[in-house]
Amino acid sequence: MNEVGKSLPKIDALGLVRGTPAFTDDLAPRTSLCVVAVRSPHAHARILSIDASAALALPGVLAAFTWQDVPRVAVTRAGQGHPEPSPRDRFILDEYVRHVGDEVAIVAAETEEQAREAARAVRVEYEVLTPVLDFETALDNPVVLHPEPEIHENFPIGFEPKRNVASAYSMHVGDVDAVVARSEVVLRRRYFTQAQQHVALEPHCACTWLDVHGRLNVMSSTQTPWHVRRIMARALEREVKEIRVVKPRIGGGFGGKQMLHGELFCALATLRTGRPAKMVYTRREVFEATNTRHPMRLDVTLGSDRDGTLRAIDLEVLSDTGAYGEHALTVFMVAGAKTLPLYNKVEAVRFGGRTVYTNRVPGGAFRGYGAIQGNFALESALDELAGELGLDPVVLREKNMIAEGETSPIFAIMGEGTEGVEMIVESCKLPECLRRGKELIGWDAKGARREVAPGVFRGLGMALAMQGSGIPTIDMAAATLKLNDFGSFNLLIGATDLGTGSDTILAQIAAETLGVPTGDIIVYASDTDRTPFDTGAYASSTTYVTGHAVRTAALKMREEILVEGARSLGCAPASATFDGREVRGPEGAITLRDLSTKLLYNEHQKQLMTTGSHLCEKSPPPYMAAFAEVEVDTGTGEVRLIDYVAVVDCGQAINPNLALVQVEGGLAQGIGMALWEEVVYGPQGHLRTRDLMSYKIPGREDIPSIRAELVASHEPSGPYGAKSVGEIGIDTPPAAIANAVAAAVGARVRDLPVTPEKVLNALPG
Amino acid sequence: MNISLELNGRHADWDVEPGEALLEALRRHGVLSVKRGCDTASCGTCTVLLDGAPVPSCAVPAPRADGRSVTTVEGLPEETARLGACLAAEGADQCGFCAPGLVVAVVAMSRELATPDDDAINHYLAGNLCRCGGYVSQTRAIRRYLEEAR
Repeated sequence: MNEVGKSLPKIDALGLVRGTPAFTDDLAPRTSLCVVAVRSPHAHARILSIDASAALALPGVLAAFTWQDVPRVAVTRAGQGHPEPSPRDRFILDEYVRHVGDEVAIVAAETEEQAREAARAVRVEYEVLTPVLDFETALDNPVVLHPEPEIHENFPIGFEPKRNVASAYSMHVGDVDAVVARSEVVLRRRYFTQAQQHVALEPHCACTWLDVHGRLNVMSSTQTPWHVRRIMARALEREVKEIRVVKPRIGGGFGGKQMLHGELFCALATLRTGRPAKMVYTRREVFEATNTRHPMRLDVTLGSDRDGTLRAIDLEVLSDTGAYGEHALTVFMVAGAKTLPLYNKVEAVRFGGRTVYTNRVPGGAFRGYGAIQGNFALESALDELAGELGLDPVVLREKNMIAEGETSPIFAIMGEGTEGVEMIVESCKLPECLRRGKELIGWDAKGARREVAPGVFRGLGMALAMQGSGIPTIDMAAATLKLNDFGSFNLLIGATDLGTGSDTILAQIAAETLGVPTGDIIVYASDTDRTPFDTGAYASSTTYVTGHAVRTAALKMREEILVEGARSLGCAPASATFDGREVRGPEGAITLRDLSTKLLYNEHQKQLMTTGSHLCEKSPPPYMAAFAEVEVDTGTGEVRLIDYVAVVDCGQAINPNLALVQVEGGLAQGIGMALWEEVVYGPQGHLRTRDLMSYKIPGREDIPSIRAELVASHEPSGPYGAKSVGEIGIDTPPAAIANAVAAAVGARVRDLPVTPEKVLNALPG
Repeated sequence: MNISLELNGRHADWDVEPGEALLEALRRHGVLSVKRGCDTASCGTCTVLLDGAPVPSCAVPAPRADGRSVTTVEGLPEETARLGACLAAEGADQCGFCAPGLVVAVVAMSRELATPDDDAINHYLAGNLCRCGGYVSQTRAIRRYLEEAR
């Protein structure tokens, strides 16, 4: 292979480093009105009266909207397929506010200063209601968050708003209770995971304008342009064809841009005034009014033989979706669907529970998407079981983990919001990942624990993980190739590069298939008018799903080039070959450069343009074995991460450097979740963490050593043997670090993050 | 109020608001490489050189730039191209939102510290956050840049 498997530089690298205007706020029309939201100071309240007349009278103010001024159509803001598996439980603006920071009114003015002044001038009288802040008390609480009659589920997801339930699900294989009852060893543990904020460095941003045809154009830092267009059309009571959505460069997403945020508010201003409008979230708004990872309570029961043969796994989950049910069901299901198949040999397995509403910032998509929560519980519990059995945690995994050629009934039972599909695992290099990971961390040489100073201990912990590659039977992506004169190609894709380099790796796949250098591929992406469809960047789908579509489009293009080349040479296509540089027949050759130019100007003129689309039919998991070394001070409870080793099977890496950085970046976010990151609320539901001084994301000095490696692997169903790699990196740190802390000092922390206080409280005797 | 400054080596006369941050004034005058990330001088995406010293421009009132020199990546084309190539070679340039601020800070570091080791690099650049790449690839790229510069 010439292009695939090479660590080529990202095609947009130098432009971005030079600071070329490329992000939404850089590109928004200079004449844009500034849109600002009036936000709720209460966690739960009803708006008794609202008056924007004083705001409208201020200089520079052109528009103001309250819930009485906007279409009342129930929507979800979750950027998901149609119909969405999330409940349609919110409106552009509503009479009720359900978390501190919820939108109360929208104003638009000539300058940001004027808009902020106007927002302060909107008079609101609230009836303050009792908030539900503890998700363990939400079910059947007398305080009901969503009494409004219009809200609904699109298909059965267990939606019971009168009980504060956004979704519910359960499944089982075999008789878990019976198998647990006759297991030689039974372990029951309860774990908690916290709310985490994405903290993409680019705050959410959207802008809108009307084009010469009167159509609403939307530019947004979104991961899902097509879902945004469709949901906007519904919310604004317009036709989809009246709206165009474009994603320029985005400054990180991680799932945080898989929901609609400013788009609808800008659209209101533009449609009312005819003026371009933009809304740039402040960092405080990102914390208070976007989304977080869903906090969960996870009850794990493991049944096992004394020799470590797992017999049963039971995972009962309560998930907190906050004020709105964005991604409520699907994040919840992934907590089981992308963890339980790791241990596929059990006789019985059960998964179930509910997602409940509380008056907190809505839960939403976040890299790992349930898998990291499930992984923390399951991989911690296995570590505890290994301790009870006196087994090496690695040996316990090796005894029970999934292998190539095997399957899990869960693949067919659990999809994302719907049933899944049956799947035989065709690539799984977990044994190699474990072997290499042990070697790198020094698992056998160092032993589980050693004292390095008085009262200071180092310990090793580990965890396995799996993810997926797209959502089977749902995710579809398309790609179009257009041949230009002088031999270059436009690659048009709906896929949305979040900064990961997906535009680059898709160009590499096109180039590999065509036999041309990647530099001859000109990528244009993420525009609902000008590129073919893509469900978007989520669920680790782009490499595997869009990659296939690109390869298909390129194979078709090769065929067309061969036919036209043969025609030009006067031979039969069957007797001609195309090597990427020239079409060669029995009696001569024509270069692609000449052929493409003649095709537009001189001979049999026509445009060569091919499209491929790919429906994800299975979701081969990438796998990882991870090892953490920590140092714990028993006097202070402080945990220092010394080393983190991650060995990953993501199939054939299309661009090894970019795949590794996906892993490294995911690890850093997972390490943040393990040790520091937590969205914290005061007693009345006000955020205590609403800036980067109070909310800690890992800095350079916190990540001393991350060592990520890829193992040789080939997924037969993937483009050039690839699986996806966007999420797997984040999954392991919470469990591996908690396990390492337990190994070092015997303190088992089951409630993330692993803070010094919790470590001290958990120290034995 | 009117201020005069040297922006990337050229004289500029600007009309700024007394309460306006240098970050806002720069962006308003079309210097769009300087990004707004956090509003609290915590993330480093708005780093510029003020008389050669790296500062978060969101925390500098625009009037304070009067009579001083302000440098952004637009004023550091050679260093930006070389460090950019190193970042790209390591796959360390992810979303790119933090990149211009990081480049400015690395240039300041390379002028201040002769041969920084990884700890010194991480300490000097601690104020430049990245949420995509996990830092280790950036450190590899910065090391490569410093070695090539020697």
